[in-house]
Amino acid sequence: MSKALKVTARGDREIVMTRVFNAPRALVWDAFTKPELVQRWLLGPPGWTMPVCQLAQKPGERYRYVWRGPDGSEMGMGGVVRELEPPERIVATEKFDQPWYPGEAVGIIVLTEKDGKTTLTQTILYESKEARDLVLKSPMEKGLGMSYDRLATLLAGESR
Amino acid sequence: MELNSYGTPTRLDATFAALADPTRRAILARLALGEASVAELAAPFAMTQPAISKHLRVLERAGLISRGRAAQRRPSRLHAKPMAEASAWLERYREFWEGRFQRLDALLEEMQPPKKKGTRPTPTAKRTGDPQ
Repeated sequence: MSKALKVTARGDREIVMTRVFNAPRALVWDAFTKPELVQRWLLGPPGWTMPVCQLAQKPGERYRYVWRGPDGSEMGMGGVVRELEPPERIVATEKFDQPWYPGEAVGIIVLTEKDGKTTLTQTILYESKEARDLVLKSPMEKGLGMSYDRLATLLAGESR
Repeated sequence: MELNSYGTPTRLDATFAALADPTRRAILARLALGEASVAELAAPFAMTQPAISKHLRVLERAGLISRGRAAQRRPSRLHAKPMAEASAWLERYREFWEGRFQRLDALLEEMQPPKKKGTRPTPTAKRTGDPQ
């Protein structure tokens, strides 16, 4: 099976990603559910860190992520975990502090294991077709505040 | 920011909507082989010609096909550019996530016990992210 990430726009409101990891499911589960591990990989463009990573311990609890850019600008998102079934399934709502698409989205993570490798299927269901298409059309860097970085750089250059 | 463009229908929206339907994807696959009339397109499907015509109108509005003016046959023809645009958006989204998942690959490698033949994995995963 190919390891490469596949991304498809399914139906009107979903983005579906599938990716194989060369590790047993228990490890992948840990990498998705232990804050000190999530902070190592769920990052944005180069130079960004994730100083806040609060995860839910059981369904109904909230989780929260904050990323920080090289210029100190911050970008937060969070939501409520609806389902948490180790080691295979997480369902959680997601909304950015400074929304860049309308409404709230629901992320569904499913992990399956075969021959010591783990397949991740990550589905993001948006509130509307407009929201889904806006996400696909916006550079992800924009979603993560990079446009503010570039604007700041530009303004710094012009103020000299 | 594109925040102000909420809900504004664009050709890309139309492209994604057009591609969301399996019958329309099958029609596009057929047209990739060459132009075809409504009757020719309807043949492989358990659908009436008016139903196929309805799908063709959606595809035409999305700019994915054009239809000939020859009165009777009106052959449909594939247009590649909007499809290429739609796949370019998906590709950019894919690259962003692939960057994250490559960091996850490195982390998972580090989490696993050292393999017999290799040396110990070194904790090289960076906190600040790798170039994507």
